[in-house]
Amino acid sequence: MTAQTDDIDDIPEREKRWARIVLPAAIGVLVLVAWDLVVRINHIPHYILPGPALVATSLWNDWPTLWPALLVTLRITFMALAVAVIGGVGLALLFAQSRWIEISFFPYAVILQVTPIIAIAPLILIFVDDTHVALLICAWIVAFFPILSNTTLGLNSADHNLLNLFQLYGASRWQVLRFLRVPSALPYFLGGLRIAGGLALIGAVVAEFTAGTAGKGSGLAFRILEAGYRLNIPRMFAALVLVTGTGVLIFLLFTAVSHLMLRKWHESAMKRET
Amino acid sequence: MEGRGATSAVLVRMSRVNKRFGNGVVALKDLDLDIGEHQFVSLLGPSGCGKSTALRLIAGLGRPSSGKIEWPGSADHRAARDIGFVFQEPTLMPWAKVFDNVYLPLRLQRRTRGDAVRDVSAALEMVGLTGFEQAYPRELSGGMKMRVSIARALVTRPRLLLMDEPFAALDEITRFKLNNDLLELWRSQAWTVVFVTHSVYESVYLSNRIVVIAARPGRVFAEHAIDAPYPRGAEFRTSAVYNEYCRVISQSLAQAMSA
Repeated sequence: MTAQTDDIDDIPEREKRWARIVLPAAIGVLVLVAWDLVVRINHIPHYILPGPALVATSLWNDWPTLWPALLVTLRITFMALAVAVIGGVGLALLFAQSRWIEISFFPYAVILQVTPIIAIAPLILIFVDDTHVALLICAWIVAFFPILSNTTLGLNSADHNLLNLFQLYGASRWQVLRFLRVPSALPYFLGGLRIAGGLALIGAVVAEFTAGTAGKGSGLAFRILEAGYRLNIPRMFAALVLVTGTGVLIFLLFTAVSHLMLRKWHESAMKRET
Repeated sequence: MEGRGATSAVLVRMSRVNKRFGNGVVALKDLDLDIGEHQFVSLLGPSGCGKSTALRLIAGLGRPSSGKIEWPGSADHRAARDIGFVFQEPTLMPWAKVFDNVYLPLRLQRRTRGDAVRDVSAALEMVGLTGFEQAYPRELSGGMKMRVSIARALVTRPRLLLMDEPFAALDEITRFKLNNDLLELWRSQAWTVVFVTHSVYESVYLSNRIVVIAARPGRVFAEHAIDAPYPRGAEFRTSAVYNEYCRVISQSLAQAMSA
């Protein structure tokens, strides 16, 4: 064992849990204090860089504007994620049925992934009349690939000896899928979901920026743009804090889901007993 | 059961079996092998001699490039259901409890859980794991995992049990214990066992027939009958007869490796 893993492993479990909360929180407080000091000492005007207290105040005061916008962004994020899960898992299951289908389609899935969303968002907004649907498509494109790629990898990662065993007992394709490939793929899928959750939010925000729609149906990204135009930098920061906080919450949510589903048997979710 | 296998009816016959892999490696060349009913046959040979390949071909997990594998007493499709296979690793499904791992072969035969409970319990009892139905594989020791794997192979009440170096990864004490339990089971049930190993000592202790396989290409180099009576136990392991058999088989293996 290396010395690095030793230090943290030697700490009792309860203290480790505390450390996990206290240490990052302490870093957070230090950063906030430093930020505040930089703004005060250098007399930076609030339309360039507002202090943390002003951002917090703005978050509180502008809540009636920011909250509906957050809901709009969240709705697009989760709808895109849902479609990405259905599409990604569906396509991965199709790939698992035939190597030929996988070989034929996978390159196009890669193309979809590597094309910068910021570059094709304007096109999608032109092609699709309904802005809401266009935003959904943009967020979906970004979230789709990690689900597809991870689930495909997982479905192909079934233990070879177990595959032999299924063959020995004359298992049907459906039985192999249901009792072997799908459970083997679960940890990979959940890993993909954690990545896709954050990416769907980023996709939604990027698309909103491009669309720039005003009015009732506008999301957080538009509020950021709007605040920028009006030089209302504290509100811009408040909206940014909301976007980031939402991303963290989505990540934590899927981490918890993953832990609950895998804690009984998968290495990633098990406590080490030594 | 105690005698030389040649007298028993042939269960599986491999005639002039060749296996050449896609990469050009010839794993088996003109392999002739009869497995008699109720025999305990060990295939003994160095790593990479094709003994596992032979076992997989018997199981139907691959086709010979040429030659025939016949089941003189039964139609092929029925025979396939009559095989239990134990791998070198326990090869359990980590997400499934012990019960579900053992239930797997019956589930694949579309037997309902309620209908299978008795057979699963019987198989677990045979390997001494009653009470562990609800445990996950990760909660078990290496030896217990291997027992689950054996229970899974037994649950369909196979006529032929194929074992591919099943105890190679276990410590010696656990291996001795499992050797004894396996022999007990073999004697009480009416099975045939084909046991792949690279351990001279294990093969002499367990089998009544040892087939020494030479490598590259894999072929039968020599056959030996181990006529020591069963039950065999600690006394046999330390007897002069056992040592003599080990000496003869070791010599045979050394010749096979230089052949």
